[in-house]
Amino acid sequence: MFEALSGNLNAVFDRLRRKGRLRPEDIEEAMGEIRRALLAADVATGVVAEFRDRVRSQALAADLNRALNPTQQVVRIVHAELVRSLGSDAMSISFAPRPPTVVLLAGLQGSGKTTAAAKLARWFRSQGRSPLLVGADLSRPAAVEQLRVLAAEIAVPVFSEATDPVAVSAAGLAEARRLGRDVLICDTAGRQVVDEALMAEVRAIGEAIQPHYTFLVLDAMVGQEAVRVGQSFHEAVGLDAVILTKLDGDARGGAALSVRAAVGCPVAFASTGERVGDFERFHPDRLAGRILGMGDLLSLAEKAEAAYEGRQAAEAAGAAERVLAGDFTLDDFLEQMRQMRKLGGLGDVLAHLPSEQATQATEAGVDERRLGRMEAIICSMTPGERAQPAIIDGSRRRRIAAGSGTTTAEVGELLRNFSAARKMMRNARPGGGRRRSKGSKGRKPRGSGRVTPAGGARRGSAADLLERLEGLESPGGGAGGSAPGSQPPGPLSWPGR
Amino acid sequence: MTTARDLPEDVFEDPPPAPRWRARLAKARSALGERLGAALARPQLDAGTWEALEEALLGADVSWEVTGQLLERLRAEASERHIADPGELRSLLASGVADLMDAPDAGLDRSGSPAVWLFVGVNGSGKTTTIGKLAHAEVAAGRRVVLAAADTFRAAATEQLAAWAERAGAHLVGGNPGGDPAAVAFDAASHAAATGADVVMIDTAGRLHTNHNLMGELAKIRRVAERAPGELREVLVTLDATVGQNGLTQARMFGEAAGVTGAVLTKLDGSARGGSLLSVRAELGVAVKLVGLGEGLGDLVPFDAAAFAAALVGDDEEYADVRGA
Ligand SMILES: Nc1nc2c(ncn2[C@@H]2O[C@H](COP(=O)(O)OP(=O)(O)OP(=O)(O)O)[C@@H](O)[C@H]2O)c(=O)[nH]1
Ligand SMILES: [Mg+2]
Repeated sequence: MFEALSGNLNAVFDRLRRKGRLRPEDIEEAMGEIRRALLAADVATGVVAEFRDRVRSQALAADLNRALNPTQQVVRIVHAELVRSLGSDAMSISFAPRPPTVVLLAGLQGSGKTTAAAKLARWFRSQGRSPLLVGADLSRPAAVEQLRVLAAEIAVPVFSEATDPVAVSAAGLAEARRLGRDVLICDTAGRQVVDEALMAEVRAIGEAIQPHYTFLVLDAMVGQEAVRVGQSFHEAVGLDAVILTKLDGDARGGAALSVRAAVGCPVAFASTGERVGDFERFHPDRLAGRILGMGDLLSLAEKAEAAYEGRQAAEAAGAAERVLAGDFTLDDFLEQMRQMRKLGGLGDVLAHLPSEQATQATEAGVDERRLGRMEAIICSMTPGERAQPAIIDGSRRRRIAAGSGTTTAEVGELLRNFSAARKMMRNARPGGGRRRSKGSKGRKPRGSGRVTPAGGARRGSAADLLERLEGLESPGGGAGGSAPGSQPPGPLSWPGR
Repeated sequence: MTTARDLPEDVFEDPPPAPRWRARLAKARSALGERLGAALARPQLDAGTWEALEEALLGADVSWEVTGQLLERLRAEASERHIADPGELRSLLASGVADLMDAPDAGLDRSGSPAVWLFVGVNGSGKTTTIGKLAHAEVAAGRRVVLAAADTFRAAATEQLAAWAERAGAHLVGGNPGGDPAAVAFDAASHAAATGADVVMIDTAGRLHTNHNLMGELAKIRRVAERAPGELREVLVTLDATVGQNGLTQARMFGEAAGVTGAVLTKLDGSARGGSLLSVRAELGVAVKLVGLGEGLGDLVPFDAAAFAAALVGDDEEYADVRGA
């Protein structure tokens, strides 16, 4: 997500790094470059100016050159500001004490409301709710038909009738009560904010159904207009959050960064594809980390955890413990490679890693094909050899090479790399020094369905493992670390899956 | 067989486009217009004016590069003509934009029997609606139109186009949900050729330009449309007026996949003015051919560079001058 912005900002930091010590002129120059990077990413001009001014004053106030790595301080400041602009916490949703919980979707034409309505319904269902969709877009030809087809796919009922949008919405609410559906999602027609009649109409819909949540559905590729669009809808219907759509493309991030600043409400969901399942909660802090090349280890950890479900969880936890203890075996290594496939392949994993690590991995020749060969080599070893690689001598090497269709040189290289990695892990054992200062409180892994106490994720879980590694590896001591201005995580009332 | 290429744009003349364009856009001042108002109200032309101008252009989705070019030209003109009153810059800026966007031949190519027009663009950018409106205009001008519902992917896309076909008085050729879109395009062209229709408009599924597979599918639809009866004359990419710097990438990628011949600027009736289209024209040479001004049958007009510039820069009087001339 937002690769262009990420690349441009990191280029600014690279230039700073080459300078080492930073003079005020260097900061000034960097501020110009940051401005340009943000503008090229469609960030609203007003937001850009404020962002730059805040970063500049913090950078000039901080005694950058007393730090070991001045550029890193700048990165931290920018990171904190990004988190601030994107909104620090994921939005929380609670349910109305007297159902149904009413959700109204509004937005410009073509922003993706109908698809988002179906996706949201599916999401509510995954939360154990029973939604009813209301098709109140009676203007666009076949819009209700589109909603019905999508709803059928996810087995959610649709209510609509050919009256008028306000009447349909009110009738839909009555229908939800009658049927005992506990969530109502109202899809409305797209409208331009300058169309007073249509803006009055959506206001009337809101008055008729009194939504608990009103979401603006916004195309992530929208440019400078995001601010006006957000403000106008906010004035008309009072927005609670934004759903950003079409994030599977190369949207630059401007809409995400600007709308929050303009309207003050968070981005709650990200729509990332055309299938109804392509829909995620939006995590501003994680995104900020990814934009700055700090990686998104937490999301990766969650994916890992989801992939490790069931029986493997215990094994994974064991492996995690061994990694941290430095007793990592070739069997663990093999298992990890296999898990990587489940995580969506190496490319996806690399995309979540801090950019430095990802580059290192690529430069070190870690690629999918090589991983396949490594897997073959380990598979050709006996259990004894895997547990104690030291016993692998010349003749064993030849046997393994022949068995795996590789060369003895490749077998030797794997063994060397493995022992180096093991040594590194031993040295990198956590305990002293740069633990994440933000702590794990409130960072409940998505989908885990349990609230962890202030100790962090379940010990030994993949999340725990990665969280600990994150503390060691991230530049500046972890994404979100103790960056100035980063707020403590808020309460999480979002229900688990 | 008639070569309809140089037919006057009479299809759009009832009611004449200019009043329609103006009536539609009158709803809101452009963001650029508002900011220029502030920038140009300064008593004299100084560094602050230029900064405010830059900020205003960037704030209207005009790319960094094009903003630089426009301002460079403006500076040169201002010093050449010894302009001291910032207020005079507005119309100069408008003509700079108009010159940039002007294209000698932005008409639609109607030659071929039938002429085949392919519509491409990202999801929700306005392909289907544009086809509906354009079909209406063509039918009104006495041409026989076949619509190809080659969006076999999105739910109820065929029903949506069918509704437009009925309104416009065009014939619809559809396929099965999930069917091969290229086959629908081929069938429609064959049907049009067999029945002596004049124009075939192919609606395609919206797709993000970054999706390689779907862009490959689009290239295939194009190849099939080329081999099908009739001549493939236009490949039009729809670009939403609200789009930011992404618009250039969209136009480029759709161009690479399907060989775009022009752009349709949609939703100009909204608050956004399509400032990112400037770099589409400047960097890719792609001309805007049509403009969408609403969701009604009549809300499509031929592109007019001067009117576009006036709308972007927010100069109603300038606009009236241009049209009145
Ligand atoms: N105000 C306004 N709305 C428009 C215009 N053109 C299209 N729309 C609306 O924009 C929305 C999307 O238009 P479609 O024609 O369905 O877009 P599409 O590109 O075919 O969309 P997909 O097929 O879903 O990718 C609809 O609600 C249209 O009514 C325009 O010029 N002005
Ligand atoms: Mg369509």
